[in-house]
Amino acid sequence: MWAVSVLAFVIIQLPPGDYITTYIAQMSGSGSFVSAQEAEALRQQYGLDQPLYVQYLRWMAMILQGNFGMALEYSRPVAEVIGDRLWLTMVVSVAAIVFTWLVALPIGIYSAVRQYSLGDYIATFVGFIGLAVPSFMLALILMYLGFTLFNANIGGLFSDELAEAPWGLAKLWDLTKHLPLPALILGLAGTAQLIRIMRANLLDELGKPYVVTARARGLPESRVILKYPVRVALNPFASTIGYLLPYVVSGSIIVSLVLSLPTVGPLLLKALIAQDMFLAGTIVLLLGVMTVIGTFLSDLLLLWIDPRIRFEGKQ
Amino acid sequence: MVDPVTDSRAAPILSVRDLKTHFFQDEGTVRAVDGASFDVPRRKTLGIVGESGCGKSVTARSILRIVERPGRIVGGSILLRRDAGNGRAGEVDLAGLDPAGYEMRQIRGGDIGLIFQEPMTSFSPVHTVGNQIIETIQLHQNVSVEAARLKATEMLHLVGIPKPERRLDEYAFQLSGGLRQRAMIAMALSCGPRILIADEPTTALDVTTQAQILDLLRHLQDREGMTIILITHNLGVVAEMCDEVVVMYLGRVVEQGPVDAIFHAPKHPYTQALLRSIPSIHATVRTELPTIAGSIPHPYNRPSGCPFHPRCPDFMPGTCDRSEPSLRPVEDGPGVSCFLYHPA
Repeated sequence: MWAVSVLAFVIIQLPPGDYITTYIAQMSGSGSFVSAQEAEALRQQYGLDQPLYVQYLRWMAMILQGNFGMALEYSRPVAEVIGDRLWLTMVVSVAAIVFTWLVALPIGIYSAVRQYSLGDYIATFVGFIGLAVPSFMLALILMYLGFTLFNANIGGLFSDELAEAPWGLAKLWDLTKHLPLPALILGLAGTAQLIRIMRANLLDELGKPYVVTARARGLPESRVILKYPVRVALNPFASTIGYLLPYVVSGSIIVSLVLSLPTVGPLLLKALIAQDMFLAGTIVLLLGVMTVIGTFLSDLLLLWIDPRIRFEGKQ
Repeated sequence: MVDPVTDSRAAPILSVRDLKTHFFQDEGTVRAVDGASFDVPRRKTLGIVGESGCGKSVTARSILRIVERPGRIVGGSILLRRDAGNGRAGEVDLAGLDPAGYEMRQIRGGDIGLIFQEPMTSFSPVHTVGNQIIETIQLHQNVSVEAARLKATEMLHLVGIPKPERRLDEYAFQLSGGLRQRAMIAMALSCGPRILIADEPTTALDVTTQAQILDLLRHLQDREGMTIILITHNLGVVAEMCDEVVVMYLGRVVEQGPVDAIFHAPKHPYTQALLRSIPSIHATVRTELPTIAGSIPHPYNRPSGCPFHPRCPDFMPGTCDRSEPSLRPVEDGPGVSCFLYHPA
C-alpha cells in the first residue's frame, strides 16, 4: 500500500511543471495575465514550492486524516468530485466484466470441444475482429447507428431528465436500461481475448487422462466436460480477477469520453492534463489500492477453489 | 447342459471381429487398428502385447467406444455377451451403439471397467478421490449418497488402501503412485464390471509396487470372477498374469493362443522375434541383446501384403508382399496369421 502511494505520487510529479504552470498558460490563453507574485502566492498556498518529499508527506498526512485535498480545477474537495463517479465506475466495470464472462466462457468452451468445427472458426473470426476493432470506434459506430436508426442518444448512463435527480427506484431502473451498451462496448475486446484463453486452457485439459477416465466411467459427455476439464481450466481466471477492475477502469477512458459516461476515467484524463496532482494522485492511488486488494482477494479465491495450491504448503 | 459361467469353453465374453479404427488427419489416414480379431475368454486374463504404436490402446478404447476424434471405428464388430441373471442377458454389438448413448454409457463402468497407465493424472486434480468414486457408483446404481459412500469405502478397503474413510476425502496428488493406482482400480471396480481393461496398469510404477498391483488384480479376479484384458508391452507381466495372449502388429492380430503355447512354441515370426528380444538371465554376460531388425513403418506408409514382411526373417517374395494373411488356427490351437502355416 505504502509503495503504491509513493509510486502514485512520483508518477504524478514526473512531468515538468505543476498545476500553476497550466493555470498560468490557461489564463494567458484567455487574455488575462498572472503576475509572478500571484503565481508564487498560489504555489505557497498549495505547498507546491516545498521539496518533493515534504509534499509527499503532507499529502500522505492529509489522506490519513481522510482528506484527499482539493481538486484544483474544480475548486471542490477531491472526495466530492470523485464520489458518485467512483460507484458508477464500479457498476459499469463490473457489468462489463460480467458481460465478458457470460459471453466468453460458453463460447470458449464450445470452441475447444468442437475444435476446428464451423462454429469454432466463426467464434475465432468474430473474436479476432472484436480484438482488432478499437472499442472507442465501436462506441462511435453504435452511437451513430443508434442516432440515425432509432433517433436515440445512447450515450451516458442516465436519461437527461434523471441525470441530476436524487437516487431512487426510477433512477436505478434508468441506469439498468443504459448499462448494457457500455458494458458491451467495454467488454468486447476482453471477450475476444477470454475466448482465446479459455479455448487454449480447455484444449490443454481435454486430452488429460482424468477426462478419459471420467468418460470411461460412463458419465454423460456434457458432465464429463463441465465437471472436470472446464473446472480445471477456470482456475487461471480466478487469478486474473485482481487486476481486471483497474484494467477496465483505465482502459475505458476514451470510450467513457465518447459515450460521456460519468465515470472516473475521463476525470483522470482531465486531471492529468491539468496536472492537478491531488485529483490525479487520488485516482491513481485508488486504482493501485484496488489492484492490491483485488489480487489479494483472487489469491484467496484461488486458494479456496484449487486444492493443489491449498495443500502445497502442508506437504 | 454346460454351465456357461464355469465352463471355459463356453462362448467368449467378448469377441472382436475385423475391428478397424482409423484416424482421419489432414496428412492422411492412420489405420491404428486395421482388421483386428480376437476372443476374450470368460473369467480369464487375456494379454494384448505388441510394440508401441501397434494399436493396443486404441483397441481398448474402441471396445469402450471412447476413441477421440479424428479417430473413428470404420468397420468390424465388438460382441459383448452379458451374463444371464441381471436382466440384461444377451449379446450386444458395441461397435453398433451410439458412443454417447445411454446404453453405451451404462456399459462403460457398469459392464466394462478401465484402468490405465497414468495413475498420476487419472484422477481430477481438483476433486477428491471419494467424489469421483461416489459419482460413478451413483451413476450406475440407484443408491443414496450415504450408501454410495459406504460402498466406496468398502472398495478402497478391498484394494488394500489403509484408512479408507480418510483417503476418500483426500485428493489424488496426496496419495503415492501405488495407492493412486489402487484407488483407480477401486473406482473401476466400484460398479462390479464383468470385464476389466487394464491398459499398462503398472508401467508408471516401480518394480515392487508393480508386483503388488498385479497380485491385487489376480486376487480381485479370483474373488469377483472377472475377466481381465491386460494390455502391456512387458512380456514378463504377461507370463505371470495371463491365460491367453494376443500379439498385435500394426493394428492387426498376428497370433493368439494360450500363454504356454505362445511362450514355448511361438508360431509367427514376429512373436518369435519379440520373445528373442527379452533379456535372459541365462544368457552370456555382455552379449548384445537381439533386436527386431528394422523399425515400425511410418503409419502413412503401410507395407502391402503382410504388414510384417519388410522385417520378417522368413520373408517369402511374391507371397508375403502381395496378399494379406488372415488369422487362422493351426494344428493344436493357437491362431496365427502367416503364410508359413497357411500357404496362400
